[in-house]
Amino acid sequence: MSFDIRVERRLGEARIALDLASDGRLTALFGPSGAGKSSVLNMVAGLLRPDAGRIVVDGVTLFDSDTGIDLPPERRRLGYVFQDGRLFPHKRVRDNLLYGWHLARPETRWMSLDEAVAFLGIGPLLDRWPRTLSGGEAQRVAIGRALLAGPRFLLMDEPLSSLDAARREDIMQVIERIRDELRLPILYVSHDRGEVERLATTIARLGT
Amino acid sequence: MLRIGTTPNPSSEEERLRTDMTPELWSIILLSLKVSGVAVLLTMPVAFGLAWLLARGRFPGKVLLDALVHLPLVLPPVVTGWLLLIAFGNNGPVGRWLTDWFGVTLMFRWTGAALAAAVMALPLMVRAMRLSIEAVDPKLEGAARTLGASPLRTFFSITLPLATPGLLAGAVLGFARSIGEFGATITFVSNIPGETRTIPIAIYGALQIPGNDAEVTKLAIIAVLLSLGALLISEILARRSGLGRGSHVL
Repeated sequence: MSFDIRVERRLGEARIALDLASDGRLTALFGPSGAGKSSVLNMVAGLLRPDAGRIVVDGVTLFDSDTGIDLPPERRRLGYVFQDGRLFPHKRVRDNLLYGWHLARPETRWMSLDEAVAFLGIGPLLDRWPRTLSGGEAQRVAIGRALLAGPRFLLMDEPLSSLDAARREDIMQVIERIRDELRLPILYVSHDRGEVERLATTIARLGT
Repeated sequence: MLRIGTTPNPSSEEERLRTDMTPELWSIILLSLKVSGVAVLLTMPVAFGLAWLLARGRFPGKVLLDALVHLPLVLPPVVTGWLLLIAFGNNGPVGRWLTDWFGVTLMFRWTGAALAAAVMALPLMVRAMRLSIEAVDPKLEGAARTLGASPLRTFFSITLPLATPGLLAGAVLGFARSIGEFGATITFVSNIPGETRTIPIAIYGALQIPGNDAEVTKLAIIAVLLSLGALLISEILARRSGLGRGSHVL
């Protein structure tokens, strides 16, 4: 199983519950806004602690409330692409890209800076500051930063939602290539049906 | 170092000031710089720790701590000075302990003036630093964690650099406040030439004797220039940090 996730979490009045087992290459979590899709991703990333449950990705247990396993985010070996990019504003593009690469152990890296730059076509951006990038450029850099950390799987939280139509198509093709060429398991969150139908190999619904 | 020249009446005033910078005046300026510099350096780690607790901490008594930190801002400075005298005076509990164990006396010493300035500067520094810590988006810290950074590395590579302009702003505010500190200082360490006679205390002393207008004017101009200079320097530092918009001190 790529993703074997069973989590429960209470957030204020809302209760988030998900039971998902997927062997798809790109598993889409689909559901309306406010259903807790991002919270599920944060739980898989280790940024939000489930009240109870179990999270196993590609055979590695990241969280298990029964046995008390709860790996911190930095030991889960994931790549997280956020809706808003979240590039570090005080680092140039090159240093953003290399942030996770420097922290990864050499044997866990599977992509070099040159490879990432060629894969994403971001060579001309390397010396720029994040604030000077367009939405599409920033998202490419964010994807590159995630890949360079040598992740075992990717989490993507509405990575297209802040982009215009042309840029969406652009980034969508990048995601398809990650899915088909790099063969990384991807857990993908969206509320856009067309996006999900095109990209997903497995679809899981969250909320009503 | 100091270029004294912009006054309402440049030519004559500049001329007079340049010829009239006596060794006594220089010693007052240097003492003020020393007292304020030491006060800010000592307060930086304390203020940062308090700012961090108030910005990120969740603990009972946080409101009380917040109030205590702000107390010197609202208390009459003479009361703060008197409290320092009680605690750090030669017979005070802390003062006696410092003398017995370290041979350090604060009362009527420049070190005491630095302590008074530090206490008075603390609220301003904590406020500025707290704002700068609160302005760092925790989502960026989360992103750093997913990229493999431990909490400690996240702090040093993300939180601290992003908060730096605000921390500098806090230090500069503290420095400017220390340069101007008067009430608590004169209560705690009095007015001793070469030891505790900082710029404000020298101005006050000069005003007590008629016919000292020239000295008062000179000291006042120096105070303005020092304060202005400190603010400008920190603005330049903040702009150099590469953060661009939103990183201003002024």
